[in-house]
Amino acid sequence: MKSISCTDIEKEVMALCLSAAFDLPEDVETVIRAYLSKETSLRGKAFLEQYLENADIARRERLPICQDTGVAVFFVELGQEVVIEDGLLPDAIESGVEKGYKDGLLRKSIVNDPVFGRKNTGTNTPPIIHVSLVPGDKLRIALAPKGGGSENMSALAMLKPSDGRQGIVDFVVDTVIKAGGNPCPPTIVGVGVGGNFEVSALLAKKALLRKIGKPSPNPDYAEMEREILLKINSSGVGPQGLGGDATSFAVHIEYYPCHIASLPVAVNLNCHAARHKEVTL
Amino acid sequence: MNNVIKLETPLKDETVEALNAGDQVLISGIVYTARDAAHKRLCELLDAGEPLPVELDGQVIYFTGPTPAPPGRPIGSAGPTTSYRMDDYSPRLIREAGLKGMIGKGDRSNEVVDAMKEGPCVYFAATGGAGALLARCVVSSEIVCYEDLGAEAVRRLEVKDLPVIVAIDSRGKNLYSDRE
Repeated sequence: MKSISCTDIEKEVMALCLSAAFDLPEDVETVIRAYLSKETSLRGKAFLEQYLENADIARRERLPICQDTGVAVFFVELGQEVVIEDGLLPDAIESGVEKGYKDGLLRKSIVNDPVFGRKNTGTNTPPIIHVSLVPGDKLRIALAPKGGGSENMSALAMLKPSDGRQGIVDFVVDTVIKAGGNPCPPTIVGVGVGGNFEVSALLAKKALLRKIGKPSPNPDYAEMEREILLKINSSGVGPQGLGGDATSFAVHIEYYPCHIASLPVAVNLNCHAARHKEVTL
Repeated sequence: MNNVIKLETPLKDETVEALNAGDQVLISGIVYTARDAAHKRLCELLDAGEPLPVELDGQVIYFTGPTPAPPGRPIGSAGPTTSYRMDDYSPRLIREAGLKGMIGKGDRSNEVVDAMKEGPCVYFAATGGAGALLARCVVSSEIVCYEDLGAEAVRRLEVKDLPVIVAIDSRGKNLYSDRE
């Protein structure tokens, strides 16, 4: 057994919140550069250059890359041999978010009730925490702060099994093109296929955490990812939806077995400021 | 790509009418921040026939909810938010309050474009997800009203050379739907 204290978890979560807000991940910067070199639209090129300049300013001056520092979404892998000391894991994470968003001068973007009152909680809490139990004695915490602009363009369809591969391709491409400039393209397209209603959505979100452009290990899905990306990037939507070649940087598909009657497909988009950070304790 | 045009706010009708979709513009002067929560309150005041807490005639609204200002700076990160969430409110601010310009990101509804043609009013796109870069153009910031909304309060920003593109002009030419 290994003990991990809530104080340590809180401290690490705080650091993750700040780093995610200020430091654009290397894989994102690399993919922006790659797409900049082949963008044929002058306006599109100018936007991609601004993203790089913005990332540079944010990193050097410790300013948020985007003012929408998002809802703090956590994917936690808790080793079965880990004992959490001095409190509860969700409380430690929540407290880390509150302190991180306060100290880092990040934006507090959470309202207490979706319909009635919509009063800002003032702390950017509660976060959204997904915990899975895994073998071992490690605690892995991944944070993907998610902005509203890209999240609002998500979509889910309960397709018929007969819709098959083509149905999935059409639905994903259509969702991205309809989103236009709203999710701050070029986007990362997370796709969840199978499972059921809620599992497909969770897979779509999880797909956004994959290293950008790393293909699915399953060749059938990797081929689908390539085809969807090609179709999206021949649409002309372009950076900021104002025309160009780069509409999405990558398509990541995650899948899971499903019911004989079902073919759930979920799409979750991430903006070009695709923030994700993780730590293992 | 067109030449860069320098504009000072507030905007006159003839200035708005001279702008064309695709023009690159640098905006200087005062702009007011407001997102959906503030727009809702402004429209409720219009419903009640009460005066607005901010004079919008000839003015420009920037759809943004900035991060808190670090010590010694006027503002934190301050990029545009997605504009369609204001679509239910913008036509009223254009027609009833004389709003002449909006800065945001993403396409607008036909109802907004119709109101923009009547206005006249222009819709500018700023670069979404470049809040640290755009914050450099903000010279000063003060809260005008709705402080309880936090990031969504209405702020009076003085900006210098804020880089935007005319996304929809006052004749309804739309860069989102008529891509080059």
